[in-house]
Amino acid sequence: MKSAIIQLPGLNRDRDMIAALTKISGKAPLTVWQTETEIPDVDLIVIPGGFSYGDYLRCGAIAARMPVMAAVAEKARQGVLVMGVCNGFQVLLEMGLLPGALMRNASLKFVCREVKLEITNANTAFTRGYRPGQIIRCPVAHHDGNYFADPETLERLEGEGQVVFRYAEGTNPNGSVNDIAGIVSRSGNVLGMMPHPENLIEAAHGGSDGRPLFEGLLGKAA
Amino acid sequence: MIKARVTVTLKNGVLDPQGKAIGGALAALGFAGVDSVRQGKVFDLELQGSDKAKAEDDLRTMCEKLLANTVIEDYTVAIT
Repeated sequence: MKSAIIQLPGLNRDRDMIAALTKISGKAPLTVWQTETEIPDVDLIVIPGGFSYGDYLRCGAIAARMPVMAAVAEKARQGVLVMGVCNGFQVLLEMGLLPGALMRNASLKFVCREVKLEITNANTAFTRGYRPGQIIRCPVAHHDGNYFADPETLERLEGEGQVVFRYAEGTNPNGSVNDIAGIVSRSGNVLGMMPHPENLIEAAHGGSDGRPLFEGLLGKAA
Repeated sequence: MIKARVTVTLKNGVLDPQGKAIGGALAALGFAGVDSVRQGKVFDLELQGSDKAKAEDDLRTMCEKLLANTVIEDYTVAIT
């Protein structure tokens, strides 16, 4: 599988994502800078986490208007897999590739801890490495992860199985409506999630519950 | 030159934890009777030209495309 990582000023989880993809796929992803207007032929595009443009205006708002994002949107329309983690999720929402918005955490505090996630839809390219209903460990680190969508949008997301990760067992760290931690597009090829699966892929991380996400993507799922 | 002010506020029904915290701080300072605080953003812009109708149209487009996230925010435009 060929993958590409989008890089922007202020992102700081790109190296973790590159390490995860390299270790699990055996091949380093391409890196694509924000000013590029074309993305090479790849199977997966990842917008990693961090604080693009210092979270100015709104998290992800400036990044979403950079030239490379028009190319990301075009690839998404063509059916290429696109994954946004943390700030990357915020960018995908600001681009309108996914519905809803991420607001300041209900606690007003930055949260950096481990949560539990329930796999609420294992029938996507991103979650096929897991069992339906499986509970996994996953780290989160964010200040604006409080997912919001209007009632009609929520009903559609829930009705069509677009909610793929939910904070489980009372671990919702940010006040997200319906405990939503990650959603896919209606077409299923765009994923946005707040937690960081790339930070739990090997024993040195203290666990590997994030690994099946990448293995499933790379077609290595059991 | 045209001077304009754009005000962006959270839509009704969208929870505002920051506004709530500010309300709590006002109460702690002894300001009784503040029922609600909603936090928003103000942008002051200086635009070239003198066509106010065009400026207002442009400002609305700027709000739709960048200054506001219309999923959660409303905006108003005022030429000053």
